[in-house]
Amino acid sequence: MRTSAVILGAGHAGLAMSRCLAERSIDHVVLERGEVANSWKTERWDSLRLLTPNWQSRLPGYAYECDDPDDFMTMPEVIGFIERYAQVISAPVETHTKVTSVRCNDDGYEIETTRGSWQCRAVVLAAGACNIPNVPRGAEALPSFLETLTPMRYRNPAQLPEGGVLVVGASSTGLQLAHEVHSSGRSVILAVGEHVRMPRVYRDKDILWWMDAAGLLDMTWDEVDDIRRARNVPSPQLIGSDERATLDLNGLSKMGVKLVGRFAGVHGRKAQFSGSLHNVCALADLKMNRLLNTVDEWVLEHDLSAVGPVERFESTRVPASPPLDIDLDSGEIRTVIWATGFHPDYSWLDVPVLDRKGRIRHEAGVVDSPGMYLMGLSFLRRRKSSFIHGAGDDARDLSDHLLGYLDATR
Amino acid sequence: MNDKKADNGVNVEALLGAREALRDAPEGAKFTWRASCKWISGTHSRSTVHGFFGLGKEQKHRTEFTFEADHPEVFSSDDNGATPVELVLAGLASCLTAGIASVAQHRGIQLRAVTATLEGGMDIQGILGIDEDVRTGFDGIKVTYEIDGDASKDDIKALVAQSQKRSSVFDIITNPTNVTVEVV
Repeated sequence: MRTSAVILGAGHAGLAMSRCLAERSIDHVVLERGEVANSWKTERWDSLRLLTPNWQSRLPGYAYECDDPDDFMTMPEVIGFIERYAQVISAPVETHTKVTSVRCNDDGYEIETTRGSWQCRAVVLAAGACNIPNVPRGAEALPSFLETLTPMRYRNPAQLPEGGVLVVGASSTGLQLAHEVHSSGRSVILAVGEHVRMPRVYRDKDILWWMDAAGLLDMTWDEVDDIRRARNVPSPQLIGSDERATLDLNGLSKMGVKLVGRFAGVHGRKAQFSGSLHNVCALADLKMNRLLNTVDEWVLEHDLSAVGPVERFESTRVPASPPLDIDLDSGEIRTVIWATGFHPDYSWLDVPVLDRKGRIRHEAGVVDSPGMYLMGLSFLRRRKSSFIHGAGDDARDLSDHLLGYLDATR
Repeated sequence: MNDKKADNGVNVEALLGAREALRDAPEGAKFTWRASCKWISGTHSRSTVHGFFGLGKEQKHRTEFTFEADHPEVFSSDDNGATPVELVLAGLASCLTAGIASVAQHRGIQLRAVTATLEGGMDIQGILGIDEDVRTGFDGIKVTYEIDGDASKDDIKALVAQSQKRSSVFDIITNPTNVTVEVV
């Protein structure tokens, strides 16, 4: 089968791109290994809600219709939103079509799938950044009697055996799971590495409202000091809830969650943790205050009077001597959850565009292989690139580039 | 990079250049640091450092440096040098301080004075084998910085925090390291 462009992945990013290609009259197809919004349907835990408020749930030519713009979508709502978007834009999606290889040839790209092959001149990789869970080095040395799982397999605390849980990772996922698992009556130890702390609500508005208003979410890859570092910043410690509650380490400590340093490995029968907990918390507190300073300066510049007062939050309370190891034979830990991030799966990509770390070489989504594009990664083109509403601007820019490429090589 | 003129005597351009060059040539980033140590007598020993490997070849310090180590008189020793654990504290302090100067230079912050005071607590029941439950090493290290520089208190704190994040000795002390000791 032949078409001008093929989009891999029918999530929000791939569909936004489909809409932009259609607007530019570029014939294309969207290949999806499962169904529309597949990862949202099959790889998320039950209680998860979007970290971004409803008013940010917008895609090219479509916005989420809801009663409360400040509320956060549940997973069924996200799935419904993306499915409706696919219908509204009449996206040419081929579902249950798993890509097995993408190769270069004289004509562009040849894409093999479980349902036939496609020949195209341009290809957009939009299969997401969270295909494979990261598991830290040293994890393999854990004794086999411990249950281990990743956020992809985690659904709710009922699936865990009785007993204590070690949650490794203190970004959004790790904090949410630590909170939920602790609330189920299990003791929880949280291993904390570098993280990004922010309050859910600041001066009466959602922190993402401020970041949007002050232009932080629109900052582009060429406006930051070090884009490599910006792309590696972990997801902020946010949770979407009716109460618009802040989820931070202090709140978890107050509940009784025990904080330890970054997971450093297993030695003998002991799990070891870094002695750097104080510093990673100090870094996060300082960084949060810099963000709040930016907000306060923006409020002054724009003479906003109808907002709440300036506020500074309590520094992260760290125990004076957090434990550096835990005896795994003591029974204190029964389950380990790796909330240590994800990486994309490019095992099907037979085009030499990966760097030595297995990442795609690209400049703001324009891959180092003519006619190939990338979507949906953290800070791909803008700080908001990995947010749902960030896909729109990226898709518009990249579809323009793609159109230029097709025109120039026709 | 910050536009503000600051001169802390750190060649940040060279460091950034090296970072860019080594990103594309990661083999050159592999260094081996060496020290040798000779027993003098009693608990007194003398360590020397001179050669090391890096940027793909053998390198040398400008001159050989030596470090005397011994135990103090309260341990019935002759006190010909610092105790080895004090050398560890000195290593941590120097590493963090070098980092602070470098990060300050990069951020355009002029430093006038930087003083670190370090304390490592230790219960010597561990060393003496009196109590198996007592750790032989430090039970904790406290570092206190007094810094005079052209920046707000939070910016100074951020310097110190960033320096810890990039410090080898901080990493060596806070994380486990495999150590292999052989007799030839």
